[in-house]
Amino acid sequence: MVELPEVKVELCDGCGLCLTVCDGEALVIIDCKACIIQDGWCDQCALCELVCPTGAIGFVYEIVFEES
Amino acid sequence: MSINVDLLSSTQYFSGLDLAKVESVRPFVLERTATKGEYIIDDGETAEALYLVISGALKEIKTSAEGKELILRIVRPGESFNDIPVFDGGHNIASVQAIGSVSLYEISSTNMEIILHEHPDVALNAIKVIAQRARFFTSLVEDLSFKHVIGRIAKLLLEYADNRTESGIKLTQQDMAAIVGTVREMVSRSLKALEEKGIIKMNHHRIVIIDAEALREAVE
Repeated sequence: MVELPEVKVELCDGCGLCLTVCDGEALVIIDCKACIIQDGWCDQCALCELVCPTGAIGFVYEIVFEES
Repeated sequence: MSINVDLLSSTQYFSGLDLAKVESVRPFVLERTATKGEYIIDDGETAEALYLVISGALKEIKTSAEGKELILRIVRPGESFNDIPVFDGGHNIASVQAIGSVSLYEISSTNMEIILHEHPDVALNAIKVIAQRARFFTSLVEDLSFKHVIGRIAKLLLEYADNRTESGIKLTQQDMAAIVGTVREMVSRSLKALEEKGIIKMNHHRIVIIDAEALREAVE
């Protein structure tokens, strides 16, 4: 399963900059907020996270110790 | 394509000016577009123009002799780049590359000088832009030199890995930045550095601590 970035809607100001860097067209603006649509199109480049001016979109990490 | 006065007014250099003044500047401005990956300027080359970002985003980067890339900053709509060499007459201080499709307004060094002479309001805005840039780079130097961000990130990783089974907390790089009191770019750099040392391994949803002992040493 492709892991997708998450949008914190309370931080998103709907500027749409994430859309301009997404090759997969996986993002749209709905009701002035970024939304992730076509799962399969996200290539996990993380450029959306890089350009977001408010830190609203990004991949979430779980932090684990390597299993021995 | 013609230069849009409203868009020009939305940039830091021309914000707050009445439209008649912005209109008078319009003949000095050229439009330029670029696609993803395209370099607008190259580090070390003669500075020819100032660029205002109308849409899209770019990264201002320095590249080491080994080809390692350091992102100095992300340039977003309304912001500008190449200001410093245009004003001091030196060479470009960094390369700037489009992250996606971008639309830019370009003002040559010569034309910028004319505009500054004719419009004190633009000169005042220019001072604000340069002051903000100085503040930004001072903060970056502070983060890079004094704050030991890697150590704080290492500590965070150990703490959250310990707690994971109980809390199930997942963090974005922005969250990590907020927790340790830095900016997301520094988190990204720190994680990359830890990964290069073989201490952690990353994919897009998981940070795996491979060498906990080395991570503890990084905290100190």
